[in-house]
Amino acid sequence: MLIFLLTTIPLLGALAAGQIPSNTRRPLVLPVVACIHLLLVIAALMTSPPRTMGGWIHLDAVGKIFLLEFSVLFAACAFYAVNYLKYRKERDNRALCIGFPVCLSAMTLATVAHHLGLLWLAIETTTVAMAPLVYFNRNARSIEATWKYMLICSIGIAMALLGLLFLGYSTVVAGFTPSLVLERLQGYASGLPSAWLNAAFVLMLVGYGTKMGLAPMHTWKPDAYGEAPGLVGAMLAGGLANCGLLGLIRIYQICMAATDVHFYRSCLIGMGLFSIALAAIFLVRQTDIKRMLAYSSVEHMGLFAVALGLGGKALYGVMLHLIGNGLAKGVLFLTSGNIHRAFASKNRDVARGTLKRAPWTGALFLAGFIAMTGSPPFLPFASEFVFFSAAFSQGHVITGSLLALLLMLAFLGMSLTVVPVVFGDPPKNRERTKYHDTPLLTGPPLVLLIILGILGIWLPQPLHTLVSEAAALLEGAR
Amino acid sequence: MMNSAADQLLVFVLLINILILGTRRTKIAIRAIATQGIVLGLLPLLTHSFQSHILIITIFVLLAKGVLIPWLLLGALKKIESNEDLQPFFGYSGNIMSGAVTTVLAFVFAAKLPLAAMHQGSLIVPAALATILAGFIALASRRKAINQVLGYLLLENGIFIFGLLLTEAMPLMVEAGALLDLIAGIFVMGLIIKQINREFASIDTSRMTALREVE
Repeated sequence: MLIFLLTTIPLLGALAAGQIPSNTRRPLVLPVVACIHLLLVIAALMTSPPRTMGGWIHLDAVGKIFLLEFSVLFAACAFYAVNYLKYRKERDNRALCIGFPVCLSAMTLATVAHHLGLLWLAIETTTVAMAPLVYFNRNARSIEATWKYMLICSIGIAMALLGLLFLGYSTVVAGFTPSLVLERLQGYASGLPSAWLNAAFVLMLVGYGTKMGLAPMHTWKPDAYGEAPGLVGAMLAGGLANCGLLGLIRIYQICMAATDVHFYRSCLIGMGLFSIALAAIFLVRQTDIKRMLAYSSVEHMGLFAVALGLGGKALYGVMLHLIGNGLAKGVLFLTSGNIHRAFASKNRDVARGTLKRAPWTGALFLAGFIAMTGSPPFLPFASEFVFFSAAFSQGHVITGSLLALLLMLAFLGMSLTVVPVVFGDPPKNRERTKYHDTPLLTGPPLVLLIILGILGIWLPQPLHTLVSEAAALLEGAR
Repeated sequence: MMNSAADQLLVFVLLINILILGTRRTKIAIRAIATQGIVLGLLPLLTHSFQSHILIITIFVLLAKGVLIPWLLLGALKKIESNEDLQPFFGYSGNIMSGAVTTVLAFVFAAKLPLAAMHQGSLIVPAALATILAGFIALASRRKAINQVLGYLLLENGIFIFGLLLTEAMPLMVEAGALLDLIAGIFVMGLIIKQINREFASIDTSRMTALREVE
């Protein structure tokens, strides 16, 4: 019942948003939906609703962490949207106010789906629902970005479907009752023919990897993140990319129950390292702050892949980093939206000296950057520390060293852009925009940052238990 | 196990792939993909014993792939003023040739796959692989946005053919949802194509080069 409400209330919100004719009042639907959803999520986390629909719907520990992250991020974006859209009065925001809740509903469904077909369906829905939002700015650049996003992600998600069918067919070849329910497949895993299972894994890695933005399928990402408004970027980086990760995690759970897991681990580590290396290289010469954040997202998705490949202790880090990366991306994209509004540019050559022009935004952007690159005291520091200690203690010395080197390079590359954007001198010869910091524009990223800070220093016991449970599930516990 | 009627329809599907790769007129390609959609809709009736589940899927697929999606595409095509003939990369004959070669390769490859005994010798797996590959050829070679959508549809159709092996495991809700998402996706793509045409006065996607990494 709770889960039913969690998925339908955002849809009702979308319906309501479609009915409201006023462009100024319509965005108010978003915070209302967000608050109800967040309250229901907390209730669901405390009560652990039972399995329903013959095991198709089940909120396990992994799903709980994803759901919590989605809901908190959505709430931050929703409150931010109210004030942000006031600056964009000239744009019709109907598509945004409908697309956002629809996306939240689909993401919620993805977290509870234990039938892999249903999970695929939910992830596909997020792709379609988000497309009109990428096109919010309605110019030639954003149409190009939307087209690439739509076509590449659709092809990717089709590959994931083919992988899913291969997985299903492997159960037919092995003579089991065909099923696509996670727990059944985990039970079958050791008896499935490895050729089909390997092919299914590769297709799903490519398919969900496209959605995550793993290199070399990441090409749509800088364009879409660069041209979409800041809050849409936040949702793409902290919501949709994580949906792709969830899809990958589900197939990972099945493959880890198979007899020989070496192939899967090396695929994940190889692809992850390639993504991080490519992102680090492109981060160094990036002058556009939103494209920079997109490459940072590619880097961190690669980090997830490497950590999944390492397994063992790193899995605890995966679940922690899920919260850390999602919320830090929220801080960075929301504040980059402010910077874009303040300077009418998102290029570091023009958008200089945010601290002087909009002090709160500048400070938050800087703090978000520090959090994202894994500096203490924020949560990503804790999770990246887990990754490194897992890599070195589990005998992956080369992977660990490469990781350290590449993350350092990415940090330097990002700081080349972040430092002038935060500390430089604002350009004098340009007309001053109407933008000024308001509590609703800086409050949501501030709250996200405070959460990151607190969790970085002190992880509450229930959350620690939840993260440990989720990590155990990833390893193959049922 | 599989009856010959289904196999004949699958051969027809393969011929349509080649037609779509080789035609220079988008309208014909859209009609061809509609025909392919109708054939795909009929296939589950032939490969499975009669159940209400199968009948509902047939109706959904006929409506979605045979009627609604082609109608959306023809609508998008009408809005496009420019009727410039854009040669695909490596030409129409190159497309047909690569379509034929990948079809042969699909048959060779499928014969080596460890299939379940009841699917040995059936055309389903090679036809699925060949259609998927034809989709990739169209996606990679076409420069018009609308023809790239056709490539994506070929890809989806190929996956659907493979899905015939697995109709029992795929619940109706998921199949119907996937079709709805496909329709919504094509609808959105159609809207984008109209906008591309407005912004660029062309639907040549190779002209869209504003978003590149600066050197």
